[in-house]
Amino acid sequence: MVLLTERDRIRQSLAELTEKYGNTRSSLLPILQDIQREHFHISEYAMQVVADLLGIHPVEVFAVVSFYSFLDFKPRGRFVIRVCRTMCCHMQGKNRVARQLETDLGIKFGETTPDGRFTLEYANCIGMCDLGPALLVNDRVYTEVTPDHVHHIIEECIKVFGAHHMQGQEVER
Amino acid sequence: MIKSFVHKKLTFRDIDPNQGLRVSIELSPVKIIETITASGLKGRGGAGFPTGAKWKFCSKAEGEQKYVVCNADEGEPGTFKDRVIMTEFPHLVFAGMTIAAKCVGATKGIVYLRGEYTYLLGGLEKALAERREEGLLGDSVMDQDGFAFDIEIRMGSGAYVCGEETALIESLEGHRGESRNRPPFTADTGMNANPTVVNNVETFAWAACIMDKGSDWFRVVGTDISTGFKLFSVSGDIDRPGVYELPLGVTVQEMLEAVGGENAKAVVIGGAAGRCVPQEEFDRKVCYEDVPTGGAVTVFGPGRDMLDVAENFLEFMCEESCGQCTPCRVGNTKLLECVRMLKDGTCSAAYLREIVSLGESIHSASKCGLGQSSGNVFLSIVEHFRDEIMGRAVGAV
Repeated sequence: MVLLTERDRIRQSLAELTEKYGNTRSSLLPILQDIQREHFHISEYAMQVVADLLGIHPVEVFAVVSFYSFLDFKPRGRFVIRVCRTMCCHMQGKNRVARQLETDLGIKFGETTPDGRFTLEYANCIGMCDLGPALLVNDRVYTEVTPDHVHHIIEECIKVFGAHHMQGQEVER
Repeated sequence: MIKSFVHKKLTFRDIDPNQGLRVSIELSPVKIIETITASGLKGRGGAGFPTGAKWKFCSKAEGEQKYVVCNADEGEPGTFKDRVIMTEFPHLVFAGMTIAAKCVGATKGIVYLRGEYTYLLGGLEKALAERREEGLLGDSVMDQDGFAFDIEIRMGSGAYVCGEETALIESLEGHRGESRNRPPFTADTGMNANPTVVNNVETFAWAACIMDKGSDWFRVVGTDISTGFKLFSVSGDIDRPGVYELPLGVTVQEMLEAVGGENAKAVVIGGAAGRCVPQEEFDRKVCYEDVPTGGAVTVFGPGRDMLDVAENFLEFMCEESCGQCTPCRVGNTKLLECVRMLKDGTCSAAYLREIVSLGESIHSASKCGLGQSSGNVFLSIVEHFRDEIMGRAVGAV
């Protein structure tokens, strides 16, 4: 067995990703999206390596990472909960859902739980206006969420935690 | 699967998704453009550019590698009809893209799907695989020599501005989603400086229907300028929120009756970039020549505070502005500040006048559609609800 450091792992996955998507500038976003999915953020080191592989300046990579709200340079939780804050969900009671999430997780919006499991964020309109309040947990969508339902959503995440995480998994509903 | 309420039988349900493609494959590009132009189909994403003209520009533009891009970055607050179309009729959309490719001579198709819709990816990939299997995509589409076309899905990463076509292309090229100056237009200088057709999900679906049923079939409904049916995403204080297929030119009142929202006090048509229509104007028509929309209809009941509406939509704009143009980046924060002053009863009439004029400057001094329309909801609320928003007691919020 070969022992790999975090940096080795990132270098390795980036090499594979550049192989998969190609080393052109237009591959940058797909590469970054996969890194985010795998490592829950895009570290400065990862940005440097991507820049080298694509032959662009690291600041170009940083510019892209900082632009998109689904890409982060600070570590995020395994489950990123994004509550839709836009008008329709707001009218359907998103404030109470948000409040209950803060209470149940013990963190404020924009924060990550100390154990690195959950990040709580707001999202702008996620296209569930007819079925609000809505939220996303990673790629999975929950509609018509009630404050009481919040607890079950968190439980569901904790249950699958450990053996495998939900990112990238297809949604069944 | 997310099940949204879909009103009455949709036209899309009665259409064989690939019939339009079968018809088009035998036709010359000129014939396809003639049919689409004659139908009067206009961009269903909201901007309303004539689809036939767009395809014509692109077919005439020169370039080694042309692209057909489907704008599935449905980010406008209040819109969800593209989600329903992609869930239920993906083949119709892909057929429309293939027709566009045949028409302009493109070999590569890209669907730019918003990151929030990642859960749709599985279904779309499956539909694409089926099409490759059936020879509807690939090196020779429907056994036509020299017609190679395939479609790839690319994900967005949570940026509303990427629904603007030039910002979308910037994003596809691996840059920040900052919109470009136009001209040049994407039809001749798009993806990697190549000619590119960018259309909304719904536009491609209708194009496929038109090639099957003919342009006269489409023109029968709607107005002279805004032809055909349109899918509306209706939500808010109504009995039956969901997706509705209605003819363009429908009045706001008729729409409200269809969705069970007769007692509304105002309707925002077009989402955060749209306009607020008050009760006394419910006889206005929803179409490109009167109240335009990409499909978002948000209904507000009698109890709603219109300042809450303005505040929420401006918070959205402040966050989603890409920051390139100062009027949009800074202007919208001033508008938002003004809404909060109004809520607090500390905004003088003179200051409100200044801010309204700033709102108008944002419209004329911003580069892209986001900036140009960012103050619309605020301005129309100030115009129609002055009595409601002024003179509030201090700290009454």
